[in-house]
Amino acid sequence: MSDRQMDGDKPSEHDEDVTLLRVPVSLDYDYSAGVSASRFLRGIEQGKLLGQRCPVDGRVYFPSRGSCPQHAVTFGDETVDLSDKGTIVTFSIVRVPSANIPLELPYIAVNVVLDGADTILMHVLDANPEDVHMGMRVQAVWKPREEWTTSTANILYFRAIDEPDADYDQYKEHI
Amino acid sequence: MRDVAVVGFEQSPCVRREQNRNEVEVLVPVLRALREQTGVAGADCDFICSGSSDYLAGQSFAFVSGLDAVGAWPPVSESHVEMDGAWALYEAWVKIQMGQAETALVYGFGKPSMGDLPMTMALQLDPYCVMPLWPDAISMAGLQARHCLDAGVLTEREMAAAAARDRRHAMQNSNAQLRWDRSVDEILAEPYLANPLRKSDCAPISDGASAILLAAGDRAREICERPAWIRGIEHICEPIDLGVRDLGRSRSTQIAAEKAGVGSGKIDVAELSAPFTHQEILVERALGLSLDSSSQTVVNPSGGALAGNPLMAVGLSRIGECASRIFSGEADRGVAHATSGPCLQQNLICVLEGE
Ligand SMILES: [Zn+2]
Repeated sequence: MSDRQMDGDKPSEHDEDVTLLRVPVSLDYDYSAGVSASRFLRGIEQGKLLGQRCPVDGRVYFPSRGSCPQHAVTFGDETVDLSDKGTIVTFSIVRVPSANIPLELPYIAVNVVLDGADTILMHVLDANPEDVHMGMRVQAVWKPREEWTTSTANILYFRAIDEPDADYDQYKEHI
Repeated sequence: MRDVAVVGFEQSPCVRREQNRNEVEVLVPVLRALREQTGVAGADCDFICSGSSDYLAGQSFAFVSGLDAVGAWPPVSESHVEMDGAWALYEAWVKIQMGQAETALVYGFGKPSMGDLPMTMALQLDPYCVMPLWPDAISMAGLQARHCLDAGVLTEREMAAAAARDRRHAMQNSNAQLRWDRSVDEILAEPYLANPLRKSDCAPISDGASAILLAAGDRAREICERPAWIRGIEHICEPIDLGVRDLGRSRSTQIAAEKAGVGSGKIDVAELSAPFTHQEILVERALGLSLDSSSQTVVNPSGGALAGNPLMAVGLSRIGECASRIFSGEADRGVAHATSGPCLQQNLICVLEGE
């Protein structure tokens, strides 16, 4: 018995059992983000943060997926311009590295509610871990304008701003 | 057994490529139309079951976003099959039989255009001995068709006749993708795509979605003037190893048809989901449908899968197409077929009847 792999390097001997077969699987996709996500991404390419309002209860979804997951109604083409300022509703100080997040440890993962939005945005905060707290007022720090693309990565991170903390009542539903 | 009926059906047009809309955006108008048709919102159903494939979407748990189209808050009782929506309908039917639901929303959706479908389909094969060879779905079907011809089971002319009939029927179906009127000789003059299959022998690649509302007993009669009662539903699976199957007939279709009671009455309409002409002929024969013109059965009045093939919805749409002909009084009794796996590996048969 051998553990020789059939990856084409050497032909296996007839008197040896094949005990391992390597079968690389990959498929290519030509993905479409969809009408709504495309609108959102075209907005962020221009530095605009576009949400959409549910016609049933008026809540503003950001980013919008084009329809309300609660009321199953479509939002149409109307958008709501949102501020790049918001409030931290919850956070986590991350001390464990992760392959797809190229940030120095520790970093702070935050859930932010942008002013005018009713849904949370997950992002990172550039701050001293001792300073982060719920209700903290923050603002997006953008990449240089010439580097903007149709990507949420146009926002590098959030940073604290010199404003008093938001009232707990304003964000408690997001906790 | 409880009396359970199809009481509503909607579908999106079958298109070669939904360029802009994502799956949810294709699904939302279908579910809205079903709500308008039946007066029942998806989220108000006792049970919701969907069929889709992450392999088509190219992302894991892609079906979860489909719930955006339903409105799943407050929480709903929901399930999903990584199969055609016809099997989601089967699960919903079982749920109603168990007395755990009176109404159920079933939907299927897929955008195969995002990937290379014949290669994506290779991933459903035996992962040890067959899939590593990456046989594409059209070549696999071609091998089966070649076997059928060599064994004298059917002829290329019969295949071309099926191709012509379905696309001609589809001229009456605005949701179909391939709608044309060509002669058998014209089709036989086409070059081979995967010998002995010509392009016209193959179903198109279609993006799309469809949805069905099920209801039990009197609830069904409240929602729909003439419900399409499910008199029998069965699905049977054959081994995945092609070498141990008789590819010249569809034994699983035949067994499912017997169990579902296809032969216990006349069949006015049959809607078949076979994606290749030779497979359609095998399914017709397994169902015991006569092929000659004296037959009373209209096969694939919608055009079937050969005219529009939105994977993961195409089988569910066959049940819906059959049911809608019972709603309208055009038919009293019909049979719908859905398939899954390579070369008709697994088949579902649903017998529908009006009162
Ligand atoms: Zn809403």
